[in-house]
Amino acid sequence: MAKIRGSIVVNIEKCKGCELCMVSCPTGTIAMAKEVNGKGYNYAYPANPELCIGCANCAMVCPDGVITVYKTKI
Amino acid sequence: MIEATGIKEIIKPENLVYRKTKIMTDNILSYCPGCGHGTTHRILAEVIDEEDLQSQTIGVSPVGCSVLLYNYIDVDIQEAAHGRAPAVATAIKRLLPDKFVFTYQGDGDLAAIGTAETIHACNRGENILIIFINNGIYGMTGGQMAPTTLPGMKSSTSPYGRDVKTMGYPLKMTDIVATLPGTYYVTRQSVNTPANVKKTKKAIRKAVQYQKLDKGTCFIEIVSNCPSGWKMTPVQSNKWMEENMFPYYPLGDLKIPEK
Ligand SMILES: Cc1ncc(C[n+]2csc(CCOP(=O)(O)OP(=O)(O)O)c2C)c(N)n1
Ligand code: SF4
Ligand code: SF4
Ligand code: SF4
Ligand SMILES: [Mg+2]
Repeated sequence: MAKIRGSIVVNIEKCKGCELCMVSCPTGTIAMAKEVNGKGYNYAYPANPELCIGCANCAMVCPDGVITVYKTKI
Repeated sequence: MIEATGIKEIIKPENLVYRKTKIMTDNILSYCPGCGHGTTHRILAEVIDEEDLQSQTIGVSPVGCSVLLYNYIDVDIQEAAHGRAPAVATAIKRLLPDKFVFTYQGDGDLAAIGTAETIHACNRGENILIIFINNGIYGMTGGQMAPTTLPGMKSSTSPYGRDVKTMGYPLKMTDIVATLPGTYYVTRQSVNTPANVKKTKKAIRKAVQYQKLDKGTCFIEIVSNCPSGWKMTPVQSNKWMEENMFPYYPLGDLKIPEK
Protein backbone atom coordinates (compact mmCIF):
# COMPACT_ATOMS: atom_id res chain seq x y z
CA MET A 1 0.00 0.00 0.00
CA ALA A 2 1.21 3.51 -0.79
CA LYS A 3 2.47 5.42 2.19
CA ILE A 4 2.15 9.18 2.63
CA ARG A 5 5.44 10.83 3.46
CA GLY A 6 6.01 14.49 4.21
CA SER A 7 8.89 16.84 4.67
CA ILE A 8 9.09 20.35 6.11
CA VAL A 9 11.52 23.18 5.63
CA VAL A 10 11.89 25.64 8.52
CA ASN A 11 13.30 29.09 7.83
CA ILE A 12 15.37 29.09 11.00
CA GLU A 13 16.23 32.76 11.13
CA LYS A 14 12.55 33.83 11.02
CA CYS A 15 11.40 31.34 13.65
CA LYS A 16 10.49 32.87 17.02
CA GLY A 17 10.50 29.62 18.95
CA CYS A 18 6.85 29.89 20.00
CA GLU A 19 6.36 26.09 19.95
CA LEU A 20 2.86 26.32 18.44
CA CYS A 21 3.91 24.15 15.49
CA MET A 22 5.40 21.55 17.80
CA VAL A 23 2.19 21.12 19.83
CA SER A 24 0.05 21.03 16.66
CA CYS A 25 2.06 18.29 14.98
CA PRO A 26 0.17 14.98 15.23
CA THR A 27 3.26 12.84 14.67
CA GLY A 28 5.90 14.34 16.94
CA THR A 29 8.09 15.33 14.00
CA ILE A 30 9.03 18.74 15.37
CA ALA A 31 11.20 19.65 18.35
CA MET A 32 12.87 22.84 19.47
CA ALA A 33 16.59 23.13 18.84
CA LYS A 34 19.00 23.43 21.75
CA GLU A 35 20.86 26.03 19.66
CA VAL A 36 19.44 29.50 19.14
CA ASN A 37 19.08 31.54 15.96
CA GLY A 38 20.38 35.07 15.39
CA LYS A 39 17.52 36.51 17.43
CA GLY A 40 18.19 34.20 20.35
CA TYR A 41 15.22 31.92 19.83
CA ASN A 42 15.38 28.13 20.12
CA TYR A 43 14.04 27.43 16.65
CA ALA A 44 11.78 24.60 15.53
CA TYR A 45 13.24 21.81 13.41
CA PRO A 46 12.17 18.37 12.16
CA ALA A 47 13.81 16.27 14.86
CA ASN A 48 12.11 13.08 13.63
CA PRO A 49 11.80 13.75 9.88
CA GLU A 50 10.78 10.18 9.04
CA LEU A 51 7.53 10.65 11.01
CA CYS A 52 6.24 13.60 8.95
CA ILE A 53 3.05 12.99 6.96
CA GLY A 54 2.92 16.39 5.26
CA CYS A 55 -0.40 17.37 6.88
CA ALA A 56 0.67 21.05 7.11
CA ASN A 57 -0.81 21.50 10.59
CA CYS A 58 2.46 23.09 11.68
CA ALA A 59 2.40 25.59 8.81
CA MET A 60 -1.29 26.43 9.47
CA VAL A 61 -0.61 27.64 13.01
CA CYS A 62 2.80 29.24 12.49
CA PRO A 63 2.24 32.97 13.08
CA ASP A 64 5.42 33.86 11.23
CA GLY A 65 4.93 31.85 8.04
CA VAL A 66 8.20 30.08 8.61
CA ILE A 67 7.33 26.54 7.49
CA THR A 68 7.09 25.11 3.96
CA VAL A 69 5.54 21.66 3.57
CA TYR A 70 6.00 18.93 0.96
CA LYS A 71 4.13 15.66 0.61
CA THR A 72 4.34 12.58 -1.58
CA LYS A 73 3.18 8.97 -1.84
CA ILE A 74 5.82 6.27 -1.81
CA MET B 1 18.02 31.45 3.96
CA ILE B 2 19.24 29.18 6.75
CA GLU B 3 17.00 26.15 6.86
CA ALA B 4 16.27 23.05 8.88
CA THR B 5 14.96 20.48 6.44
CA GLY B 6 13.23 17.13 6.67
CA ILE B 7 13.82 14.31 4.20
CA LYS B 8 15.54 15.90 1.20
CA GLU B 9 14.20 13.54 -1.50
CA ILE B 10 10.62 14.67 -0.81
CA ILE B 11 11.45 18.37 -1.21
CA LYS B 12 10.54 18.89 -4.86
CA PRO B 13 8.30 21.50 -6.49
CA GLU B 14 5.71 18.89 -7.51
CA ASN B 15 5.34 17.79 -3.86
CA LEU B 16 4.74 21.29 -2.47
CA VAL B 17 1.60 21.49 -0.32
CA TYR B 18 2.14 24.69 1.63
CA ARG B 19 4.34 27.74 1.35
CA LYS B 20 3.91 31.29 2.63
CA THR B 21 2.07 33.40 0.06
CA LYS B 22 4.04 36.12 -1.72
CA ILE B 23 1.36 38.62 -0.64
CA MET B 24 3.03 38.36 2.78
CA THR B 25 6.27 40.34 2.47
CA ASP B 26 9.54 38.87 3.70
CA ASN B 27 9.74 41.43 6.51
CA ILE B 28 10.03 39.92 9.96
CA LEU B 29 6.76 40.50 11.81
CA SER B 30 7.07 42.84 14.79
CA TYR B 31 4.73 40.62 16.82
CA CYS B 32 5.74 38.68 19.89
CA PRO B 33 6.34 34.92 19.50
CA GLY B 34 3.07 33.02 19.06
CA CYS B 35 0.85 36.08 18.59
CA GLY B 36 -2.38 35.48 16.64
CA HIS B 37 -1.92 38.71 14.68
CA GLY B 38 0.68 36.96 12.51
CA THR B 39 -1.52 33.97 11.74
CA THR B 40 -4.46 36.22 10.92
CA HIS B 41 -2.35 38.37 8.58
CA ARG B 42 -1.15 35.25 6.84
CA ILE B 43 -4.57 33.79 6.09
CA LEU B 44 -5.96 37.17 5.05
CA ALA B 45 -3.04 37.46 2.61
CA GLU B 46 -3.70 33.91 1.40
CA VAL B 47 -7.33 34.75 0.59
CA ILE B 48 -6.27 37.93 -1.23
CA ASP B 49 -3.80 35.82 -3.21
CA GLU B 50 -6.20 32.96 -3.98
CA GLU B 51 -8.98 35.38 -5.02
CA ASP B 52 -6.46 37.30 -7.16
CA LEU B 53 -7.25 40.59 -5.41
CA GLN B 54 -3.80 42.03 -4.73
CA SER B 55 -4.25 45.07 -6.99
CA GLN B 56 -7.91 45.39 -6.02
CA THR B 57 -7.55 45.52 -2.24
CA ILE B 58 -7.35 48.51 0.09
CA GLY B 59 -6.91 47.77 3.78
CA VAL B 60 -7.24 50.18 6.68
CA SER B 61 -4.94 49.56 9.62
CA PRO B 62 -5.57 50.50 13.25
CA VAL B 63 -3.59 51.88 16.12
CA GLY B 64 -2.39 48.94 18.17
CA CYS B 65 0.17 46.20 17.65
CA SER B 66 -1.01 45.75 14.05
CA VAL B 67 -0.39 49.40 13.17
CA LEU B 68 2.43 48.24 10.86
CA LEU B 69 0.13 46.01 8.79
CA TYR B 70 1.35 47.74 5.61
CA ASN B 71 4.83 46.32 6.23
CA TYR B 72 3.53 42.79 6.05
CA ILE B 73 0.65 42.51 3.60
CA ASP B 74 1.64 43.69 0.15
CA VAL B 75 -1.53 45.58 -0.80
CA ASP B 76 -2.53 49.24 -0.53
CA ILE B 77 -3.06 50.12 3.10
CA GLN B 78 -4.22 53.34 4.71
CA GLU B 79 -3.42 53.95 8.36
CA ALA B 80 -6.34 55.45 10.29
CA ALA B 81 -6.44 57.46 13.50
CA HIS B 82 -7.12 55.31 16.56
CA GLY B 83 -10.54 53.65 16.21
CA ARG B 84 -11.48 55.48 13.03
CA ALA B 85 -10.75 52.70 10.54
CA PRO B 86 -14.44 52.03 9.70
CA ALA B 87 -14.98 55.71 8.92
CA VAL B 88 -11.91 55.80 6.67
CA ALA B 89 -12.97 52.53 5.03
CA THR B 90 -16.44 54.00 4.44
CA ALA B 91 -14.96 56.83 2.41
CA ILE B 92 -12.62 54.55 0.47
CA LYS B 93 -15.36 52.08 -0.45
CA ARG B 94 -17.82 54.79 -1.45
CA LEU B 95 -15.25 56.47 -3.70
CA LEU B 96 -13.81 53.21 -5.08
CA PRO B 97 -16.68 50.73 -4.94
CA ASP B 98 -14.86 48.16 -7.08
CA LYS B 99 -12.09 47.69 -4.53
CA PHE B 100 -12.12 45.04 -1.82
CA VAL B 101 -11.97 47.15 1.35
CA PHE B 102 -11.26 45.81 4.82
CA THR B 103 -10.36 47.19 8.22
CA TYR B 104 -8.14 45.31 10.64
CA GLN B 105 -8.63 46.39 14.26
CA GLY B 106 -7.83 45.36 17.81
CA ASP B 107 -10.30 45.42 20.67
CA GLY B 108 -8.93 48.64 22.13
CA ASP B 109 -9.20 50.25 18.72
CA LEU B 110 -12.60 48.85 17.74
CA ALA B 111 -14.40 48.46 21.07
CA ALA B 112 -13.07 51.38 23.12
CA ILE B 113 -11.97 54.55 21.34
CA GLY B 114 -13.65 53.51 18.07
CA THR B 115 -16.98 52.20 19.39
CA ALA B 116 -18.97 54.93 17.67
CA GLU B 117 -17.30 54.42 14.28
CA THR B 118 -17.78 50.66 14.51
CA ILE B 119 -21.45 50.81 15.39
CA HIS B 120 -22.36 53.51 12.90
CA ALA B 121 -20.48 51.97 9.98
CA CYS B 122 -22.25 48.67 10.71
CA ASN B 123 -25.58 50.45 11.17
CA ARG B 124 -25.16 52.17 7.81
CA GLY B 125 -24.42 48.77 6.33
CA GLU B 126 -21.22 49.96 4.70
CA ASN B 127 -20.09 47.39 2.19
CA ILE B 128 -16.79 46.65 3.92
CA LEU B 129 -15.20 43.81 5.88
CA ILE B 130 -14.26 44.54 9.49
CA ILE B 131 -11.70 42.13 10.96
CA PHE B 132 -11.68 42.42 14.75
CA ILE B 133 -8.79 40.90 16.72
CA ASN B 134 -10.07 40.47 20.26
CA ASN B 135 -7.26 39.64 22.67
CA GLY B 136 -9.00 41.22 25.67
CA ILE B 137 -6.24 43.72 26.29
CA TYR B 138 -4.34 46.72 24.96
CA GLY B 139 -1.35 44.74 23.72
CA MET B 140 0.70 47.51 22.18
CA THR B 141 0.77 49.91 25.09
CA GLY B 142 1.67 47.43 27.81
CA GLY B 143 -1.33 45.27 28.64
CA GLN B 144 -3.89 47.73 29.97
CA MET B 145 -7.50 46.69 30.55
CA ALA B 146 -9.75 46.89 27.50
CA PRO B 147 -13.57 46.93 27.35
CA THR B 148 -13.22 43.25 26.38
CA THR B 149 -11.08 42.20 29.37
CA LEU B 150 -12.75 39.31 31.20
CA PRO B 151 -14.21 39.66 34.72
CA GLY B 152 -11.43 39.01 37.22
CA MET B 153 -8.75 39.16 34.53
CA LYS B 154 -5.56 40.89 35.55
CA SER B 155 -4.06 43.63 33.45
CA SER B 156 -1.63 46.44 34.17
CA THR B 157 -4.57 48.74 34.97
CA SER B 158 -6.61 46.08 36.80
CA PRO B 159 -3.82 44.46 38.83
CA TYR B 160 -6.30 42.77 41.18
CA GLY B 161 -8.46 41.59 38.31
CA ARG B 162 -11.31 43.37 36.54
CA ASP B 163 -14.00 44.23 39.10
CA VAL B 164 -17.21 44.50 37.09
CA LYS B 165 -18.80 46.62 39.81
CA THR B 166 -16.48 49.51 39.15
CA MET B 167 -15.11 48.66 35.72
CA GLY B 168 -18.18 47.32 33.95
CA TYR B 169 -18.66 44.12 32.00
CA PRO B 170 -16.76 42.89 28.96
CA LEU B 171 -18.34 44.38 25.87
CA LYS B 172 -19.51 41.88 23.24
CA MET B 173 -19.21 44.10 20.20
CA THR B 174 -19.87 41.26 17.81
CA ASP B 175 -23.19 40.45 19.47
CA ILE B 176 -24.13 44.12 19.34
CA VAL B 177 -23.37 44.60 15.63
CA ALA B 178 -25.17 41.36 14.79
CA THR B 179 -28.42 43.04 15.92
CA LEU B 180 -28.01 45.88 13.41
CA PRO B 181 -29.84 45.55 10.10
CA GLY B 182 -26.79 46.86 8.21
CA THR B 183 -24.65 43.83 8.95
CA TYR B 184 -24.93 40.89 6.59
CA TYR B 185 -22.50 38.32 7.90
CA VAL B 186 -21.24 38.30 11.49
CA THR B 187 -19.08 35.53 12.86
CA ARG B 188 -16.65 34.80 15.69
CA GLN B 189 -13.62 32.64 14.97
CA SER B 190 -10.13 31.93 16.27
CA VAL B 191 -6.76 30.91 14.83
CA ASN B 192 -5.53 28.70 17.68
CA THR B 193 -5.68 25.32 15.89
CA PRO B 194 -5.22 24.14 12.29
CA ALA B 195 -9.00 23.50 12.03
CA ASN B 196 -9.87 26.96 13.34
CA VAL B 197 -7.35 28.59 11.03
CA LYS B 198 -9.12 26.92 8.10
CA LYS B 199 -12.55 28.03 9.37
CA THR B 200 -11.41 31.62 9.76
CA LYS B 201 -9.98 31.57 6.28
CA LYS B 202 -13.29 30.30 4.95
CA ALA B 203 -15.10 33.12 6.76
CA ILE B 204 -12.80 35.72 5.17
CA ARG B 205 -13.40 34.17 1.77
CA LYS B 206 -17.17 34.38 2.27
CA ALA B 207 -16.89 38.02 3.27
CA VAL B 208 -14.96 38.75 0.06
CA GLN B 209 -17.78 37.20 -1.99
CA TYR B 210 -20.50 39.10 -0.10
CA GLN B 211 -18.67 42.37 -0.63
CA LYS B 212 -18.55 41.70 -4.38
CA LEU B 213 -22.33 41.27 -4.24
CA ASP B 214 -22.73 44.57 -2.33
CA LYS B 215 -24.41 42.91 0.62
CA GLY B 216 -23.39 45.27 3.43
CA THR B 217 -21.07 45.01 6.38
CA CYS B 218 -19.29 41.75 7.12
CA PHE B 219 -17.83 41.49 10.60
CA ILE B 220 -15.36 38.77 11.64
CA GLU B 221 -14.21 38.67 15.24
CA ILE B 222 -11.10 36.61 15.86
CA VAL B 223 -10.66 35.71 19.51
CA SER B 224 -6.89 35.87 19.85
CA ASN B 225 -4.07 35.62 22.33
CA CYS B 226 -1.63 38.15 23.71
CA PRO B 227 1.10 36.05 25.33
CA SER B 228 3.06 39.14 26.37
CA GLY B 229 0.14 41.09 27.82
CA TRP B 230 -1.23 38.01 29.53
CA LYS B 231 2.25 37.10 30.77
CA MET B 232 2.15 33.54 29.49
CA THR B 233 4.02 31.40 27.01
CA PRO B 234 2.30 31.15 23.60
CA VAL B 235 1.18 27.56 24.29
CA GLN B 236 -0.17 28.52 27.74
CA SER B 237 -1.91 31.56 26.27
CA ASN B 238 -3.82 29.45 23.75
CA LYS B 239 -4.90 27.07 26.48
CA TRP B 240 -5.98 29.97 28.71
CA MET B 241 -7.88 31.46 25.80
CA GLU B 242 -9.73 28.20 25.16
CA GLU B 243 -10.64 27.83 28.83
CA ASN B 244 -11.50 31.45 29.64
CA MET B 245 -12.14 33.50 26.50
CA PHE B 246 -14.15 30.95 24.51
CA PRO B 247 -16.88 30.48 27.16
CA TYR B 248 -17.46 34.24 27.24
CA TYR B 249 -16.90 34.78 23.51
CA PRO B 250 -18.21 31.53 21.99
CA LEU B 251 -17.01 30.73 18.49
CA GLY B 252 -19.46 30.43 15.63
CA ASP B 253 -21.72 32.42 13.33
CA LEU B 254 -23.89 35.13 14.89
CA LYS B 255 -25.60 36.18 11.68
CA ILE B 256 -25.63 34.40 8.36
CA PRO B 257 -27.36 35.39 5.13
CA GLU B 258 -31.00 34.36 4.83
CA LYS B 259 -31.57 31.83 2.13
C1 LIG C 1 -5.84 58.88 20.41
C2 LIG C 1 -4.98 57.83 21.03
N1 LIG C 1 -5.29 57.39 22.29
C3 LIG C 1 -4.52 56.42 22.86
C4 LIG C 1 -3.46 55.90 22.20
C5 LIG C 1 -2.62 54.81 22.87
N2 LIG C 1 -2.88 53.50 22.32
C6 LIG C 1 -2.12 52.98 21.35
S1 LIG C 1 -2.57 51.44 20.92
C7 LIG C 1 -3.80 51.44 22.07
C8 LIG C 1 -4.69 50.25 22.28
C9 LIG C 1 -4.32 49.05 21.47
O1 LIG C 1 -5.07 47.94 21.85
P1 LIG C 1 -5.82 47.05 20.81
O2 LIG C 1 -6.61 47.88 19.88
O3 LIG C 1 -6.57 46.04 21.58
O4 LIG C 1 -4.65 46.40 19.93
P2 LIG C 1 -3.61 45.25 20.31
O5 LIG C 1 -2.32 45.97 20.49
O6 LIG C 1 -4.09 44.56 21.53
O7 LIG C 1 -3.64 44.39 19.11
C10 LIG C 1 -3.85 52.65 22.77
C11 LIG C 1 -4.81 52.93 23.83
C12 LIG C 1 -3.18 56.38 20.90
N3 LIG C 1 -2.17 55.92 20.18
N4 LIG C 1 -3.96 57.35 20.35
S1 SF4 D 1 3.49 18.53 8.14
FE1 SF4 D 1 2.23 17.57 9.75
S2 SF4 D 1 3.41 15.76 10.36
FE2 SF4 D 1 4.83 17.06 9.20
S3 SF4 D 1 5.85 18.29 10.76
FE3 SF4 D 1 4.09 19.49 10.06
S4 SF4 D 1 2.45 18.98 11.49
FE4 SF4 D 1 4.04 17.41 11.74
S1 SF4 E 1 5.19 28.03 14.89
FE1 SF4 E 1 6.61 29.05 13.50
S2 SF4 E 1 7.62 30.62 14.73
FE2 SF4 E 1 6.62 29.21 16.16
S3 SF4 E 1 8.22 27.72 16.68
FE3 SF4 E 1 7.10 26.86 14.96
S4 SF4 E 1 8.21 27.55 13.13
FE4 SF4 E 1 8.92 28.79 14.84
S1 SF4 F 1 1.81 42.64 22.76
FE1 SF4 F 1 0.29 41.02 22.55
S2 SF4 F 1 -0.95 41.56 20.73
FE2 SF4 F 1 0.95 42.75 20.67
S3 SF4 F 1 2.35 41.57 19.41
FE3 SF4 F 1 2.77 41.02 21.54
S4 SF4 F 1 1.48 39.24 21.92
FE4 SF4 F 1 0.70 40.20 20.05
MG1 LIG G 1 -6.10 44.09 21.97
